[in-house]
Amino acid sequence: MANHDPHHHHDHEHGSELSETQLRVRALETILTEKGYVDPKALDAIIEAYETRIGPHNGAKAVAKAWIDPEYKKALLADATKAVGSLGFASRVGDHLVAVENTPKLHNMIVCTLCSCYPWEVLGLPPTWYKSAPYRSRTVIDPRGVLKDFGVTLPSDTDIRVWDSTAETRFIVLPMRPAGTEGWSEDQLAELVTRDSMIGTGLPKAPGAAS
Amino acid sequence: MNGIHDMGGMEGFGPVKPEPNEPPFHTQWEGRALAMNRALGYAKIWNIDKSRAKIEEMPPHEYLTKTYYQKWAQRLEQLLIEYGYLGEDEVKAGRSLRPGKPLPRFLPAAEANNALSRGTYSREPTRPARFEAGDRVHTKNMHPHTHTRMPRYARDKTGVIECVRGFHVFPDSVAIGQGENPQWLYTVLFEAKELWGNAADPKLKVSIEAWDPYLEPA
Repeated sequence: MANHDPHHHHDHEHGSELSETQLRVRALETILTEKGYVDPKALDAIIEAYETRIGPHNGAKAVAKAWIDPEYKKALLADATKAVGSLGFASRVGDHLVAVENTPKLHNMIVCTLCSCYPWEVLGLPPTWYKSAPYRSRTVIDPRGVLKDFGVTLPSDTDIRVWDSTAETRFIVLPMRPAGTEGWSEDQLAELVTRDSMIGTGLPKAPGAAS
Repeated sequence: MNGIHDMGGMEGFGPVKPEPNEPPFHTQWEGRALAMNRALGYAKIWNIDKSRAKIEEMPPHEYLTKTYYQKWAQRLEQLLIEYGYLGEDEVKAGRSLRPGKPLPRFLPAAEANNALSRGTYSREPTRPARFEAGDRVHTKNMHPHTHTRMPRYARDKTGVIECVRGFHVFPDSVAIGQGENPQWLYTVLFEAKELWGNAADPKLKVSIEAWDPYLEPA
């Protein structure tokens, strides 16, 4: 590494630790490739899938469809695995997906206190904060405080339900459809559905903020 | 085990810091580490609970200071060594020093998509569920020294079965090589007051997914 200066190890501990990791991961890939355990092209394909095909746009599509199609909404809440599967995108824990519905009286939030279980198939790679100690520790005891970190304040009489993903069951929040979107198409509505609104740490965008 | 990973209800880690427009990966190696974990996960040498347990066994200071993908990379290295697919001397040398033993299953590039999905964890029930929705249950005061998915904050508490999820592979067994030992899995709902005392948010309810052996009738 051109920038690696051992004399500055303590000043730049984080940075040098990362480059150490980089070297170590690269070495591991070399060894595993030499041993015939991995095909680097397969790794490329996996990375490409997570960078392009598997992301919150998948979940947003299911949510938007549920907003305009009462039959689909019923199907999604009854069996999200099947309902999301019918939309035809790649799935990871597809078998045990559960959609939970926000209402004017109830707000749902998803967490995994034990590791970082997350509905990858519908939301893609979990954001760093979702995997962080602050989120994993506080959400089950102080969800309103966590929401404040996201700039979200709910009415004090709103019930809050936190789902701790301690098994292979995965959860996705079906947020409330924003007011002022009557007559919108599924594609227009999907633009309002943020990743955080499907985790429960955010709300869908307001109609004016979409574009 | 009562490890640092079991964080529910702890305080002092500071605020949650959302990162607007977070990229899929912050550095190139993160993607490689993830993809290698997926490719070797596909090989079916170990199971998901064994790999979770490996991360949980990290010393607390390492667990808290290493990033997510650093932990994944380290875990992969350690599992490959533990199962005899990789030598510590090879890690040190940065190259292969001997032919590897054959993988149970290899992931070719053309089938990379298969590593993005994984099998089901539900099994054919061999007995009826002990509880049904609406039943009151008490979680055991249990502290196994090995892997468990029963979070500390919800042990020895009374809740209600909200949903019977099915008959699922039991992590506490499969993580320590004692077979899948499938058990009924339930969503158990708790009032915040039961978990956090009288000062808890009266509008808050928290649920966990709990296997039958974690529960007894209340």
